[in-house]
This record gives sequence, C-alpha cells and structure tokens, in this order.
Amino acid sequence: MKQLMKGNNALAEAAVRAGCRLFAGYPITPQSEILEYLSWRLPQAGGEFVQTESELAGINMIIGGAAAGQRVMTSSSGPGFSLKQEGISYLASIELPAVIVDVARFGIGLGDVTVGQGDYFQTTKGGGHGGYFIPVYAPSSIQENADFVVKAFETAEKYRTPVIVLSDASIGQMCGSVELPEQQYPKRDRFDWALGADGDRPPMGRKMTDRMYTDFAYEEYVPHICSRYNEMKENEQLWEEVQAEDAEVLLVSYGISSRICKEAVKIGRSLGLKLGLIRPMTVWPFPVKAFRKYNGKVKGYLAVEMIPIPQMIEDVYLAAHGAAPVYAMPTGREIASSEDIIENVKAILNGTKEVY
Amino acid sequence: MTKNIPALISGSNSFCPGCGHGIIIRLIAEVLDEMGIKQQDAICALAVGCACLLNNTLKVDRLGCPHGRAGAGASGIKRCRPDKLVFTYQGDGDAISIGFSETVYAAQRNEKITAIIVNNGVFGMTGGQASPTTLIGQKTATTVNGRTAEFNGMPVDIMDHLRPVPSAAYLARGSVHDAKSILKTKQYIRRAFETQISGSGYSCVEILSPCPTNWHMDPVTAADRIASEVIAAYPLGEIKTGGAAS
Amino acid sequence: MTKEFVFAGFGGQGVLTAGMILAYSGAAKNLDVTWIPSYGSEMRGGTANCTVKLGDEEVASPFPKAPDVLIAMNEPALLKFMPIVKPGGSIIINSSIVKTVPEPAGVKVYSVPANDIAADCKNERSANLCALGAAIAAAGDLLTLEDVEKGLCGYLAKIKNNESNIAVLKAGYRAVSESA
Repeated sequence: MKQLMKGNNALAEAAVRAGCRLFAGYPITPQSEILEYLSWRLPQAGGEFVQTESELAGINMIIGGAAAGQRVMTSSSGPGFSLKQEGISYLASIELPAVIVDVARFGIGLGDVTVGQGDYFQTTKGGGHGGYFIPVYAPSSIQENADFVVKAFETAEKYRTPVIVLSDASIGQMCGSVELPEQQYPKRDRFDWALGADGDRPPMGRKMTDRMYTDFAYEEYVPHICSRYNEMKENEQLWEEVQAEDAEVLLVSYGISSRICKEAVKIGRSLGLKLGLIRPMTVWPFPVKAFRKYNGKVKGYLAVEMIPIPQMIEDVYLAAHGAAPVYAMPTGREIASSEDIIENVKAILNGTKEVY
Repeated sequence: MTKNIPALISGSNSFCPGCGHGIIIRLIAEVLDEMGIKQQDAICALAVGCACLLNNTLKVDRLGCPHGRAGAGASGIKRCRPDKLVFTYQGDGDAISIGFSETVYAAQRNEKITAIIVNNGVFGMTGGQASPTTLIGQKTATTVNGRTAEFNGMPVDIMDHLRPVPSAAYLARGSVHDAKSILKTKQYIRRAFETQISGSGYSCVEILSPCPTNWHMDPVTAADRIASEVIAAYPLGEIKTGGAAS
Repeated sequence: MTKEFVFAGFGGQGVLTAGMILAYSGAAKNLDVTWIPSYGSEMRGGTANCTVKLGDEEVASPFPKAPDVLIAMNEPALLKFMPIVKPGGSIIINSSIVKTVPEPAGVKVYSVPANDIAADCKNERSANLCALGAAIAAAGDLLTLEDVEKGLCGYLAKIKNNESNIAVLKAGYRAVSESA
C-alpha cells in the first residue's frame, strides 16, 4: 500500500524498518528532516538517536556502533559530509558495515541548500584518504530513497563495508508515493566478528583496527584489497535502461537529473528521435556492464549532470572504452530541461556537438 | 615472590623503558580481574598515539578509533552494547587536544562510559612535540625554548572542563610515578568502572605518566619530575564522587 | 497516463496544502505521485506554488513542464504559468481575486470565484479547497471527487469534523462540472 511521504522522511523510516539501531548526526539543510524524524521514531522502535556536537562525533559514534555489529547510520550534506570523510576512510579500512547518507546540495564550500550533483567524485572516488572505494546508491525517487537504504544495509553487511546513499536536495525535500519496506529485527549477536558479541574469541580478544597499522601483514594487504573491491565491482552494479535497445543516442544520468532524462526520452521518441537512457542506480560500482552492450552500436553517450564542471562523465568516458563518442551536458545550477536535452541529442545526430 | 600476571594481560608489551603505559594497562587488567569482568564483557575504544599499543597488551575486545574520537567511538559502542563495560584508553594529545570536544561532550551527554586519559605532557609517538598539557617552561620538539603562556597559552587541565559537567559522576586524577600513587590510581580505575556499571553517569580517570624517551631523562629522573613538577600543575586525588547530579 | 497540476498563488492562500491533499489522495489510490514546491531562486519572493504529478505509470520529472491543470489563485500566478499549460488543458482561475479573465487558444478556462464560494459555505479560509474541487472536475481522470474527499479527511485527520471543508470541495467541483 502506497502512502505520501517526504523523501527524507521515507529514507529515515526505511532505516528504522531495516533495523537501524543507532543514528548519530548533526543538523544541516537539506538533510535535517532525517535527523528530526529519527529523533522521535528511532527511540520508539528501540534504537538510539544522538544529535552529536559535530559531524565528526557523528561518524565516529557510528564507527563504534558498527564495530559492535549493529545496523548504524549517519547523514549529512555539503560541508558536513566533507567532515565525515576521515571516519568513512576508517570504516573502509577497519571493514565495518555502516550507512552514510549524503543529501547532496549545490556548490563548493558552504554552497547553497538547493539541489546539486557536485558530490559525485567525493562519493565514488574515495572522498577520504588512502584509496578506498565503497558502494554508492543513487536514488531518483522517494521509493528508491526507502528501498536503497535497506539495500545499503544489506550490501554493507555482505562485504563489511561502509555504503553511501547519495540522495539530493530535491528528492529529500519533495513528497511522493512510497511503499515502505517490511520491519526487520536483526539479531544483536549475529556477527561473530563484532565487539562484545557472543562466540569464540582469539586469545587476545577481538580487535578492530586499521587493517595495516598493527598487523604488519603487508604481503596480504594488497591482494586482499584488490579482491575485495573487484568482487564488489563485479557483483554490485545496478542500473536501469529506458528504451536503450535501439537508441542512437543514450543519455546517461543519475538521481534527480535522470528523471528529466526520462521525460526527454518520452518527448524525443514522440518526435521520432531514437534516444534512450542508462540510469546508474549504483554510481560506484559504475554500471560498465550496461555500456558493454551498446559500445560500438550507439552514435554517442550524452552525460547529463547538475553541476558546472562535469564529473560523472569521466566514468562514462571509461565505460565507453573508446567505442562510442561521449558528450557532456552539465546543467550548472539549473535542473535540466527536456528541450535542452533534445537539442543536444539533435546536435549529436547532425554532428554539430563537440565531443567531450 | 611469585610473579602474577592478570588473566587479561599478555606477557609482553612494546612500550619504551620507564614508560607509564605498561603499569596503567596492568592496573586496568588487575581491576577487571578483581571485579570478575571477563574478556567478552569489556570493550576498549583506543586512541591513536602510544596508547594504541594497548592493542598488543590487553586481552579485551577493542576498537582502534580515529585520532581524538575514542570518546565518540566508545559512546557508539556503549549505546549498542549497554550490557558491556566500555572504556577509552587515550593519551593527552588524543583526548585533550584533537579530541577535546569528543571527551567533554561524552561527559556532557551523560554517556555511560569511562575515559582513561594518560597524561604525559607530550605527543609521544610522533617524537615529543608539545601537547595541551605541556607545562610552562617545558622544552619539547615544538617548544624548543620552553612553553610560554604568551606563545602557547596555558596548559589545559581537562578536569577543569569535566568538573562542572553535571552528568560527570566520577572524576579522579592519579599517577604512576611511585608505589603509593599506583595503588591509589588502581582504586580510582575501579571506582570509575563501578560508577559506569551502576549507571550513575560518565566517569574519567586522568593518569600522570612519565615519558622518559621524549622528556630526555632516565626512568628514575622522569618519575621524580612528576613528583617535583607535574603534580603541582595537576594535583592528584578524587575530583568528583557520588554520582551524577540529578 | 500521467496528469500534471500546478497550484499557484500568494503565500498563505493554501496552494501547497491543496496540492498536498491531491498528492495524498493519489498515493492512497496507489498511483505514482510527486509533490514538489517551488524551487531554486523561485523560493524567494511572495508567490508560492507546487507541482503535483499523478500517474498510473511512472512519473518522470517532478518539475512543472506542461500542466494539464493550472490552479491560479491570483494574477501573477496566472501570468507566470499560463504560457506552459498543455494544449487541451485547463486553467482554474480564482475569479474572486483575478478580475481579468484571459481566453488563451486551445485551453479551457474556468472562472471559479473560490473565495466567494468558500464564504457562502461559511468556511472563508478554504478557497484553496474550492479550487482543488474545481481542479478534480477539470482533470477528469485518475482521481474521482470521492477519492479526494477521502484524501482530505486522511490528510486533515487532526480536524475531527471535515464536513464544512468537504462542502467547499464539492462546491468547487460543481462549479466546473455544472458549467459545461
């Protein structure tokens, strides 16, 4: 049964239903509704809500809860999300499952509270230090705001990795219909690696530390890291295709921009243009498998992102593998418009648009 | 005379000769033994710095936190495992410099954890730079002519910041420079753990500890320096007892 | 099929709430629904608007594009959104406030004196509900008046007696359905 919910609230409720045991976060627009909602709802469901003194304390409290083997989440936006990067690098290094939500806003520095897609590099290329990757789900609807949080918890535990849900200001702030997930009740002692959980221990007790620092297992480190990330890359790509089969131009777009692309596909098709859409639902791993089907067949990929200087296009470029030209359509601070997208597609088809 | 090793301590550690950390970790292990707390019932949130070498010494479950964030890490653990004894193990650089906010806010938020802060007045692991607790006049790698109030500000007494916090239920400062202080410090650690278990609030034990390597002294002189100089700036004793103010 | 509604007016005229009741009703009927308020630089200034899209298929963009129904509660709202109304679409004009009613080609225009109708029903603050009722009649598909009545009661569940609100909603509906 569907109901109407604000995007941020749907995300928060889905976290509760996924069995989130601890949320620790700090107010920042446009994600504050997640905090507000969980402040009353999580304790009602038997969980712990903490409004921390800073984003740093939030992410570090999450590290503690994750080490204790519980489902934990934090959320932020813009500068607050930047503050969490050190902790995310630690989660990746210690190999702890946790969900971090970025309700992306626009711009560099303080930026603005309105929607933007400028956190692509930060989320997909390892926003913190040291060269890690973590799965990033990019919802484009209220329904996916809910579904991807549940999925994020599952993927986090499958690989013992932090996972990001990269929502944005418009999806967070708009309302939409959503069918909420079932309530889960994860058992507290279900992981034999977790601090404090029942089960056998090595003589020294269980240790959760940075993978390198105290073990000196240098020989194992590199192969371990490689196999771990390769496995995620191979298994976790998610994407949606819209009328891609016979398309001459494929739009590539995620999150809020992808919804305008869907509209453009509809309008373009009604005008006789053969265009389609690849919508990455995971932006890491980037769905290169989708592109393999169309490389060599399409006349071009058009990357549509809401940012002044394009970022996702670099992944599109790699995925195209030199087998199809790649074109940029960064929409700056504006939401993309179907007309502009269609004009760009026409320009690609008549050879007047410059290749990226 | 027989040498008893507490059940939760491994036979060796990797601290420098004359360092106080080995004594303090042993005290924690003895207290855990005496309180009947088993390996699976205690969790330590560890600092970055020399304190992290507890990893090879104390046999309880433990989490290596980012630098300064053990107060937040321990809070996260305790909120998910309220049935366990959860304590931090940090140096003064970790808990009082970069982690000042996490330390004070853990108390402020009435987190039912115990912070154990080892104060040796320097950043030990990185080579003896000044820390917030470096004394006026003390020469370090970053105060080569000695700390001055004008250039570096006055030393930070963390207890000055924790004492006024209503939910700080037990606060004490011990030292490990002589046998009498060591026995008292052990008592403080026990009372702090008991405070946590009773649920009456946050607890913290700061422990003055020698760092002969970075003080450029032999172990005996380093211990004497605590008696003659450091205690004057950081007086020992129980600072707050009797549970959180209601 | 998807239907696009733009509710626009002054702040305080209840356009966001009217849109929300419509969206709530759509979700309760298992439709795909989006509700988005004015965004970006539009958020500054005294006008308020929201776009509601309902679909028995997936709604693509949630942003205003070519409304099937424009609900214009004042003149600036009318001037702003009239040019993008879909050919064959409808405009509900609150003729209690908008005195000059235009006649754009290919678009049905319904003059509904929403404030007066609400006042006649002794529910003066519910002009927005009157306009909502009119919009349902003009849209024709996907949601019936009964669906929105139920939605109104659900969304405004804190108000124990919504009879007077429903009376205004119905009066607005009739203002369009009986004008044909």
